[in-house]
Amino acid sequence: MSSVKTTAHSVVEPTPTVKRIAGAIVILYALVTMIPLAWIFLTSIKSPPDSISYPPKIVFTPTLEGFCNLFTTRTRQTPDYIQALPAPSSTCDEITRSRNMVIAGPSNYWPRFGNSLLIAFGSTFLAVSLGTLAAYGFSRFRVPLADDLLFFILSTRMMPPIAVAIPIYLMYRQFGLSDTALGMILLYTAVNVSLAVWLLKGFIDEIPREYEEAAMIDGYTRLQAFWKVVLPQATTGIAATAIFCLIFAWNEYAFAVLLTSGSAQTAPPFIPTIIGEGGQDWPAVAAGTTIFLVPILVFTIILRKQLLRGITFGAVRK
Amino acid sequence: MLARATPTTIAVRVRGLSDRAIAWLFITPTIALLLAINIFPLIWAVYLSFTNFRANRPNAEVEGVGLRNYQRVLNDPDIWIAMQTTAHFVFWTILLQTVIGFALAYLIDRKFRGHAFWTTVILIPMMLSPAVVGNFWRFLYQPQIGLFNYIVSFFTGIPPSSFEMLGSVTLAPWAIIIVDTWMWAPYVMLICLAGLRSIPDYIYEAAEVDRASAWRQFWSITVPMALPFIMLAVLFRGIENFKMFDMVMLLTGGGPGSTTEVASITLKREAFESWLTGRSSAFAIILFVAVFGLANIYVKALNKVKQR
Repeated sequence: MSSVKTTAHSVVEPTPTVKRIAGAIVILYALVTMIPLAWIFLTSIKSPPDSISYPPKIVFTPTLEGFCNLFTTRTRQTPDYIQALPAPSSTCDEITRSRNMVIAGPSNYWPRFGNSLLIAFGSTFLAVSLGTLAAYGFSRFRVPLADDLLFFILSTRMMPPIAVAIPIYLMYRQFGLSDTALGMILLYTAVNVSLAVWLLKGFIDEIPREYEEAAMIDGYTRLQAFWKVVLPQATTGIAATAIFCLIFAWNEYAFAVLLTSGSAQTAPPFIPTIIGEGGQDWPAVAAGTTIFLVPILVFTIILRKQLLRGITFGAVRK
Repeated sequence: MLARATPTTIAVRVRGLSDRAIAWLFITPTIALLLAINIFPLIWAVYLSFTNFRANRPNAEVEGVGLRNYQRVLNDPDIWIAMQTTAHFVFWTILLQTVIGFALAYLIDRKFRGHAFWTTVILIPMMLSPAVVGNFWRFLYQPQIGLFNYIVSFFTGIPPSSFEMLGSVTLAPWAIIIVDTWMWAPYVMLICLAGLRSIPDYIYEAAEVDRASAWRQFWSITVPMALPFIMLAVLFRGIENFKMFDMVMLLTGGGPGSTTEVASITLKREAFESWLTGRSSAFAIILFVAVFGLANIYVKALNKVKQR
């Protein structure tokens, strides 16, 4: 009886035992994979001595010290000096004083984080806008040498970033674009637009031309048909492409470390430079890392369907 | 029906810009940006590679040196060692990522309960910044305090302070290979999963009717049908790992000695520390041509596999 039922859907359906074993191995792998990330989070709420104790502490008293150290710069003072100060005005103040230090001012973390936001979203917006237009152009019109142009666009990604960085560095110095957000936005847009054109061309190719033609018979111009018919149809593809561009621009390090030094620096080159007394302040580094990773984690979870489609899509197409 | 029958009439009746104008209007901005920020620098790099220009001395006289930069790069034993180191990394990371990625995809394709959720969990490392994560792995690898050494010694009994992942000549390359595999095996997994899902069920059903063993089905259906996808993943990872920079920079900075000095690190050192702009440009061009050439040969092989 039951065997009849299983063959009804497919003889290739794996047996429950197979499924259970497969599931167990995959879950084990996933849990092992998560250990470093869990450790980053745990370290961010440890005190500096707890973070470097051996054996590594799993049970400890959580503290905000890492976050306080991330957001502030501190100077060491004599106990007498600290005694003479008025009562601490915040938790961070209190923690800092208990280590014989006082808060000297805010750290550079939020400005760097802000740069990351500005540059990542700015370049994503530009890359996706330009990419959508170009993809539509390549998809719908006969462009001379289209295949060569498309391959050329893709091949710009094969160059190691450091290699192009030399002339870009010289060029930016010439035009006053080095260490500016605009320069970084333009650069990341250029890097991302090649991917955007390729991904979006695939998505737009799948939208039947008949839709626009019907709209044009109804009296729309080509531009109106593009705006009102094609764009809404391409939303999923545009979203998937945007996530990829955003992840790249958010995570990029090589260009950022070579072309920015101060005002336009993003978080990836900044986080490793967070130092406490006597070396890297690991709870502060972990706190900075945690905050930096959160947006991407949230994106990954909310948009996982588009993400899966986007990645496999890029792979399935030629 | 109507639309297909009347294309010429549409073209005549359409108001506004002509299709040709729109095509150019849409494509030109992208091409212009790429020309300005990708192609122009590339051509400039080619030009620089024939000169003795140094970026830290912009006012010194620039002289053409012919092919001397290329000659020097190709005769420099350090650069050949860097290329070997790179090849070593590319080989091991691709091997490990392909095996793990394919195995995971194969298991996830069994569609056990909750497979979608666990797939998302596994994907998280590849979404993160290699530099930021690499920096934190440096902490995990500390011999006295790091979690990695603690876990390894817990399972093997080797004292944790007796092996330094980042300080030892033999272990440092593996420290990087482990982190790279941790990050990118999920990527290979995704592409393989797309490949496995593209195999139609009826082929397995036919094999089942012929009483082919599971082992036989795996080697004569699953692997060959998924091969183009596996090869594609290898191509993407190969190109990326050839350019590997941020993770190595943050984990070891090329050390100890120069055991983990991959091509990108050498390039950075020559271009931005020694300021040998002309010479490093020549090296960059050689790298680009090498990747481009290898990728092209590989794509030809891939197309052959696809056609079978």
